[in-house]
Amino acid sequence: MADSAGLKEPFHQIGRQHEADRFGMLVFLASELMLFGGIFAAAMALRIRDGADYVAAAGHLKLWLGTANTAILLTSSLFAALAVEATRAGQARWTGRALVAAAVLGLAFLGVKGFEYAAEYSEGLMPATAIAHFDGRIEQLFMDLYYLATGLHALHVSLGILLLAGAAWSRRAREDRAAVLVGNVALYWHLVDVVWIFLYPTLYLAGVK
Amino acid sequence: MNAEPPKDRFQSPQEDSGPSYLRAGHTLRSWLLTTDHKRIAILYLFAISFFFLVGAIAAALIRLDLLTPAGDLLTNDGYNRAFSLHGIIMVWFFLIPSIPNTFGNFLIPLMIGARDLAFPRLNLLSWYIYVVAGLVTLYVVLGGGVDTGWTFYTPLSSVYANGAVVAAILAVFISGFSSILTGLNFIVTIHKLRAPGMTWGRLPLFCWSHYATSIIFVLATPVLAITLLLVAAERLIGIGVFDPDLGGDPLLFQHLFWFYSHPAVYIMVLPALGVISELITCAAHKRIFGYWFVAYASIAIAVIGFFVWGHHMFVSGQSFYASAVFSFLSIAVAVPSAIKVYNWTATLYKGDVELSAPLLYALGFIGLFVAGGLTGLMVAMLAIDVHVHDTYFVVAHFHYIMVGGTVTAFFGAMHYWWPKITGRMYNENLARASAIIILVGFNITFFPLFVMGYEGMPRRYHVYPEQFQVLQVIASSGSALLALGYLLPVFYLGWSLFRGERATANPWGATGLEWTTSSPPPKHNFVEQPVVVRGPYDYPLAHPASRDNG
Repeated sequence: MADSAGLKEPFHQIGRQHEADRFGMLVFLASELMLFGGIFAAAMALRIRDGADYVAAAGHLKLWLGTANTAILLTSSLFAALAVEATRAGQARWTGRALVAAAVLGLAFLGVKGFEYAAEYSEGLMPATAIAHFDGRIEQLFMDLYYLATGLHALHVSLGILLLAGAAWSRRAREDRAAVLVGNVALYWHLVDVVWIFLYPTLYLAGVK
Repeated sequence: MNAEPPKDRFQSPQEDSGPSYLRAGHTLRSWLLTTDHKRIAILYLFAISFFFLVGAIAAALIRLDLLTPAGDLLTNDGYNRAFSLHGIIMVWFFLIPSIPNTFGNFLIPLMIGARDLAFPRLNLLSWYIYVVAGLVTLYVVLGGGVDTGWTFYTPLSSVYANGAVVAAILAVFISGFSSILTGLNFIVTIHKLRAPGMTWGRLPLFCWSHYATSIIFVLATPVLAITLLLVAAERLIGIGVFDPDLGGDPLLFQHLFWFYSHPAVYIMVLPALGVISELITCAAHKRIFGYWFVAYASIAIAVIGFFVWGHHMFVSGQSFYASAVFSFLSIAVAVPSAIKVYNWTATLYKGDVELSAPLLYALGFIGLFVAGGLTGLMVAMLAIDVHVHDTYFVVAHFHYIMVGGTVTAFFGAMHYWWPKITGRMYNENLARASAIIILVGFNITFFPLFVMGYEGMPRRYHVYPEQFQVLQVIASSGSALLALGYLLPVFYLGWSLFRGERATANPWGATGLEWTTSSPPPKHNFVEQPVVVRGPYDYPLAHPASRDNG
């Protein structure tokens, strides 16, 4: 562990550099949380003001697809965590497998989401389409927020999949006992997971009678 | 510094330390692909100065147009586009990045004894992101501009506005990434790259204020990003969040926008406060009075700044109770701001004060900051704000804070650290003259706006009643003087680059770590990693009443 391979310019010690890399990722994730924070704040304001309409609008969402996606993403996050442990233990091969598993589950998440969007499109719930029909303003606003929130989240999932695949592909990342890159990619993936963990009750569970 | 040779009380042990960062490479490539924080700071300086010029030209158009009550120079639409571009460019491409991205970039590693920022390549990336955002803005200018104002209020921006709204939004959105990456880099650098012995209690106040600024960069900018994304989604594909016709709520836009944009005001002014702390204590040759108060006041301003956005919405129809709470919180921000002013005054008191050009800029700053701050208290009060809302009074107030504060501090910082950055001295008399011209020109330009605003002149109006013409003409003539004050340094600083006297490592007799390395610094800042054994303001004169050890 004490070898200073990979020591980059401004740092004097490899340990300090690893701390800085991890800390930088955490600060970045704080900014990502604030990005979604705006949408959550909007949803909260809407629910406080028009609770009954909000709940009614949330009833349009496909609860079971959302639940399935929650399970898929949580499992995927588990694999990301396992990848970090495998890297620290020096088992590069298992790191690769766990990362690929996490990425595949991420793709499955996107697949379910796409299926869900397609169903909503055919039901006329997708805004900005000619066939969209809503029962009222609140329902329309709820659906708009839903598409923006899940769309932005899906964009983050896609980026996360690319990062997971990149880490799985990079031999140097897999064999790095300090797990700097794998650790940071896993952190990012956990954030994507955590955002969904909050989107799920905010959007889907709100409609449960 | 023409008459006498610059004094150097703390002779640096590292005078001969290899080629300076300026001479470490001469090719264009060595500049455009550099990861040296000092060179990136210079790159920012060029880009930001360019945008300052573009924004100033728009301002000149506005002031020329307002010479006559009928607004004979521009059309209605042209006037709207001129002030929108002025606002967008000045806010996002000058005021927000000006001090952090140039002086913060250059000085933070030097001040904490580091070789570079924690992520040098990310630093270069953030400059390129800034440049791309700037190019998109230029496309907006050439493409006819926008007429929404810099605030992009919906549904005007998302439905009715003509012009390149989406491109302007995109430019601001992209520039946000640059801000976030810069803030992230500063936070990690200050946490992880301080030299041995550089405890938090020995951190220069400039670094404290940049630390506070970076917190706002990282936590507020994403909220602006999501807000602008929502506007773009509404305008482009009809996913409505703000437009009532699409089910949305325009007030929601104001809440989200000001949740960023009010803290953004503190992004603009906090680095300026850090600059002034350094300038004052050095010019007084005296320890800063109340180091911890000044340091924590920066953090307090950053934190309270997140809870005051509603004072932009007193007349929007939000609940009376919300307005009352926001009014109280807005007034509360004045407390840490006032703490700083008191501490600077106490620092100057009985100091060995040298009336140098940097100090003149700092004194000008204090005057304008106090004037802007006190009128800020006025507009934070619910009853007064309802009277002066969206009038020239508000315009005058935020120009005192943002231009009088940030721009004056930017020039002060430029003069104070010029010898360190370039290794040359400038003409002190011309520098003092320009500081005074800026102060006088600024007040002639913006003070009449207070009077007009209090008498009811609304902002953003192209034509106005004849009774205001005298004051408008005074303001416009003041802006010409102000422009002269801004242009003067271009000449004598440019001249000093080639003919200026060589600067020693520490021409002001200052105590910060950045003055212990040569001027200009070598590529890696310090020949050996410095070890810090004393506080940042270890001047011979300590204030008897101050119990700080800093």
